[in-house]
Amino acid sequence: MYNEKVMDYFYNPRNAGELEDANAVGEVGNAQCGDIMQVFLKIEDDIIEDVSFRTFGCGAAIATSSIATEMIKGKTVDEALELSNKDVIEELGGLPPAKIHCSVLAEEAIKAAIENYKEDEGKAH
Amino acid sequence: MHKQIYLDYAATTYVREEVIDAMVPYMKEIYGNPSSIHSFGQKAKQAMADAREQIADVLRAKPKEIYFTSGGTESDNWAIRGLASANAKKGKHIITSSIEHPAIMNACKQLAKQGYSVTYLDVDEFGTVDLKQLEGALTDETILVSIMYANNEIGTIEPIKEIGRIVKENSPAVFHVDAVQAVAAVNIDLSELSDVDAMSFSAHKFYGPKGVGGLFVRMGTRIDPLLFGGSQERKKRATTENVTGIVGAAKALTLAAAEREQEQKRVIELRDHLIKRVLGEFDNVRLNGHPTQRLPNNANFSFDFIEGEGLLLRMDQKGVAASTGSACSTASLEPSHVLLAIGLPHETAHGSYRITIGADTTKEDIDYTVDSLQAVVTTLRNLSPLYNPNKKG
Ligand SMILES: Cc1ncc(COP(=O)(O)O)c(C=O)c1O
Ligand SMILES: [Zn+2]
Repeated sequence: MYNEKVMDYFYNPRNAGELEDANAVGEVGNAQCGDIMQVFLKIEDDIIEDVSFRTFGCGAAIATSSIATEMIKGKTVDEALELSNKDVIEELGGLPPAKIHCSVLAEEAIKAAIENYKEDEGKAH
Repeated sequence: MHKQIYLDYAATTYVREEVIDAMVPYMKEIYGNPSSIHSFGQKAKQAMADAREQIADVLRAKPKEIYFTSGGTESDNWAIRGLASANAKKGKHIITSSIEHPAIMNACKQLAKQGYSVTYLDVDEFGTVDLKQLEGALTDETILVSIMYANNEIGTIEPIKEIGRIVKENSPAVFHVDAVQAVAAVNIDLSELSDVDAMSFSAHKFYGPKGVGGLFVRMGTRIDPLLFGGSQERKKRATTENVTGIVGAAKALTLAAAEREQEQKRVIELRDHLIKRVLGEFDNVRLNGHPTQRLPNNANFSFDFIEGEGLLLRMDQKGVAASTGSACSTASLEPSHVLLAIGLPHETAHGSYRITIGADTTKEDIDYTVDSLQAVVTTLRNLSPLYNPNKKG
């Protein structure tokens, strides 16, 4: 059903768990539709220094969450905002058609985290 | 290479050696068309007659009441469509339950589009059909009631005898039973279940081949054909018969019936050991289905905070093949309609895991499975934003 790379990211998820010193958190999805993702970011000088995730969802949801966190690590906030679910799917080497919707989660969670971060920043200044 | 353990016997079974051996001659030597009057054909015809008699014997029916089909789906579709249309002059109301297999559900939905009205009965938290609601729903216009003998996901066995009595006392309806999960696994005596007018079964659920099954239609019950053509199956189902499959189905059912008592005891012991370990060793887990009125081989659990597909795949990686009611892969994105019908919240329904035991299952397999579940459930919970290890529910 899934290709080897997807299975690898599902079985050995990179950047899994809660990030202790995160300064931005985003959460999207709901249990109703079956997928929930949390993204933790540690942003310094507009650079994503560290990132982690937690996901409730299927194999595709976990694999896309994991690889998406890898893809934005070390990037600027603006670069991270440009990440699309298409990029994530491409990086994974494709997903079954029925699973495309699961990949939207990662993109949305990252955007939500950055939005929260910008709001907090705005308040601080 | 790790162990490979198959625990998805409700999905399908392997074909027993004895069944394969019984089938082979009908592909090689006795390949005649049963409708041909030469000796090739007549031998095949005789084999089919014997098979029909063997199956009728096990189910305590008459051979004439057994019609062979291509399996459970066809039997279910045929029963719904064929019984409804044969009785359409009397009324257009059908009653079924909200936990039927899609083979019943979608056939009913199709009829609803064609002017029939369909009532879907609720079930309680254990999956048992609401008998009061059934009684209230039956009218003089009700022509067909279809209720499954045992549910394929949660294993709940319905009170078929009681349902039949209620149907006959309160309506002129015919009563169909989808017994695909129950035939062979439990003892079904159709001479005693006299209110059951039709019943579906499928050979690949009891160590027979795929693509063959049957529909019992009680004498005097009118049913329109689904397939029109030649005069096979007493003009009720055209197409050259699947003689090989039919012989295999009869052999498989005969063997199952002979071994049932002993095998049932063994399987129930394994199932209860499994349930006891899982409920005893895990937090935030529940057993879905009825605590006692359930199929001998079925255990269905919901593990909170995790999603079933991930659970299934990680267990598969450890060599354990089972099933889940979480259907993130389905177009609807809805978890199993059965789990929602018993009242599970969506997130709990997504975390379901069905283990069905079979002929090759050992106690070691069950223990290995529970041990593997420990590791997999912990891993997935640690990945889950819903899980807070300090808070136990
Ligand atoms: C209760 C029930 N009805 C019908 C079917 C369909 O049977 P078949 O696969 O032979 O078409 C199944 C099989 O999964 C089943 O479990
Ligand atoms: Zn998904």
